[in-house]
Amino acid sequence: MASKVTTTQSIDLAQARKNTRKERWQSFWSVMTQNKAAMVGAVIIGAYLLMMLIAPILAPFDPYDISLEDKLTPPSMEHWMGTDDKGRDILSRILYGSRLSIGVGFVSVLFGAFFGITLGLIAGYYGKWVDTIISRMLDIMLAFPGILLALAIISALGPGLINVTIAVGVFSIPLFARIVRGSTMEVKKLEYIDAIRTIGANDFLIIFRHILPNVMSPIIVQGSMRLATAILSAAGLSFLGLGAQPPSPEWGAMLSSGRDFLFSAPYMAIFPGLMISILVLGFNLFGDGLRDALDPKLKK
Amino acid sequence: MSVTKKAPILQVDHLKQYFPLKKESLFSPKQTVKAVDDISFNLYPGETLSIVGESGCGKSTTGRSILRLDEPTEGEILFNGTSMTSLRKKELRNIRGDIQVIFQDPYASLNPRQTIRKMLQEAMTIQKVMPKEQMEGRLLELMSLVGLRPEYLERYPHEFSGGQRQRIGIARALCVNPKVIICDEAVSALDVSIQAQIINLLKSMQRDLDLTFLFISHDLSVVRHISDRVIVMYLGKIVEIADKDSLFDSPSHPYTKALLSAIPSIDENHKRNRIILKGDVPSPINPPTGCRFHTRCPFATDLCKTDEPLLRPLTETHQVACHFAENLLSS
Repeated sequence: MASKVTTTQSIDLAQARKNTRKERWQSFWSVMTQNKAAMVGAVIIGAYLLMMLIAPILAPFDPYDISLEDKLTPPSMEHWMGTDDKGRDILSRILYGSRLSIGVGFVSVLFGAFFGITLGLIAGYYGKWVDTIISRMLDIMLAFPGILLALAIISALGPGLINVTIAVGVFSIPLFARIVRGSTMEVKKLEYIDAIRTIGANDFLIIFRHILPNVMSPIIVQGSMRLATAILSAAGLSFLGLGAQPPSPEWGAMLSSGRDFLFSAPYMAIFPGLMISILVLGFNLFGDGLRDALDPKLKK
Repeated sequence: MSVTKKAPILQVDHLKQYFPLKKESLFSPKQTVKAVDDISFNLYPGETLSIVGESGCGKSTTGRSILRLDEPTEGEILFNGTSMTSLRKKELRNIRGDIQVIFQDPYASLNPRQTIRKMLQEAMTIQKVMPKEQMEGRLLELMSLVGLRPEYLERYPHEFSGGQRQRIGIARALCVNPKVIICDEAVSALDVSIQAQIINLLKSMQRDLDLTFLFISHDLSVVRHISDRVIVMYLGKIVEIADKDSLFDSPSHPYTKALLSAIPSIDENHKRNRIILKGDVPSPINPPTGCRFHTRCPFATDLCKTDEPLLRPLTETHQVACHFAENLLSS
């Protein structure tokens, strides 16, 4: 008899647990879907990600296939975006290039977020001299203009897409760290942190299980906005010849090689440029929407 | 009475808690806020000891120092005879379960990202209260103990009212089987009908689970209802410690008198005796010399300005820090 009661109870509990999770997700989803701009952003990002995945299926030509007799043909039914100065199909190159450009963005933001969040949590939680040292280091990094810092890093490491990823990631660190530090200092003072300390939790548990989840929203928002800037910076560095090297179809590098033909064959620069702008726009719109949906202050 | 004969479960010995202030310039003298300045008292098993005083008198700081949420500047805190201040971080964590706290603000004291189940399970896991398999039953037991439905375990804090949240806070404090619970203004954020419920819940817990309470409050009527003994603090010092009855019937320190006269009463005759203190509480950065209360005390003499009165026994259960306590008592 007694065992029967407990089984029905535990079934109810499991159901209740499921419902709570569902409700939270639903409320987030309804805020997001009501925001038209954010949905546009999400659709753009979705389209790019899809493009990234199925580039080989979509691409009509080999992106590296040089055919000099077809060079600099304007957009046509055969080559939708025309061909470049070496006769390569621009559409195919853009499709393949999405993997490089978006990949660099994601990896560099993850890199920056990982170190930035860790530093920010440590600085914000421990305060005092730990905070002073970390914060001054971040200030030094922030004092450099982003591109200049990246240039310095690349000149030390040598050009290449991986080094660009590291460089862009490094100058994302202080941005994440500052946001996380501020939120951590705020959350640290709350009574539930005192409560878990009184129970005897160690610092690691307090920082990663109790503070981190409560500073996550601004990190996600910052991350999505930062992706836009990171993609732009990576493209910019490639444009300067520091990142992807020819014949890689990275968009910034494509833009750069189109520069010489801006008057005779503007489509060589227009299409990669357009791809970058639309993607950046998508991330910004989506990031704004995320902020509205995740910011607890905006909820009733 | 019988309670005080036992060995104290918690001894606070010459506790000082100073907080450094930020220097205004490089050459300005170093200043500290003397939030708690040399206080000593004992907490006996099974009793409810209240600390009262106006805001800023150091009563919450005392609680936080005992919990080691702030490192005490000086002094000892002994729990069951062992010094807590000399423990290493890890040793301290292991005995933390014995002293728990219930906070004032039920909205800030629960992690919004954790369900009640996760919160309680985590606490029990940290203190290794019991093996995981037995936790389920204990969770249900705790919920019924604090008067909440078992399915609430799966909910997040924002789904509860203030009173319910406070019950959850109590469940969290209880789940690690503490011996002492510090209630830091535990009911002041609740409205009166809920206050009564929570106080009665605390009282029945104390009876059933053999708990000792340190009850920090500014609400004298609540204190009168719940305590066995009362400590009155003023500006970081203890001015009076006494049995509840003795304190409320014959307050011996002028500050306590003023404080008690401020309790609203429906008795017409009582209202006349209201003592209104002049001025504000002096700054704890530069507390007055001698008796800290002399700047506002209607009975202050020159002696009070220079000599600090020590806490001294008036009767067996009544201690007071005033040079003229006997005279005041008779007047």
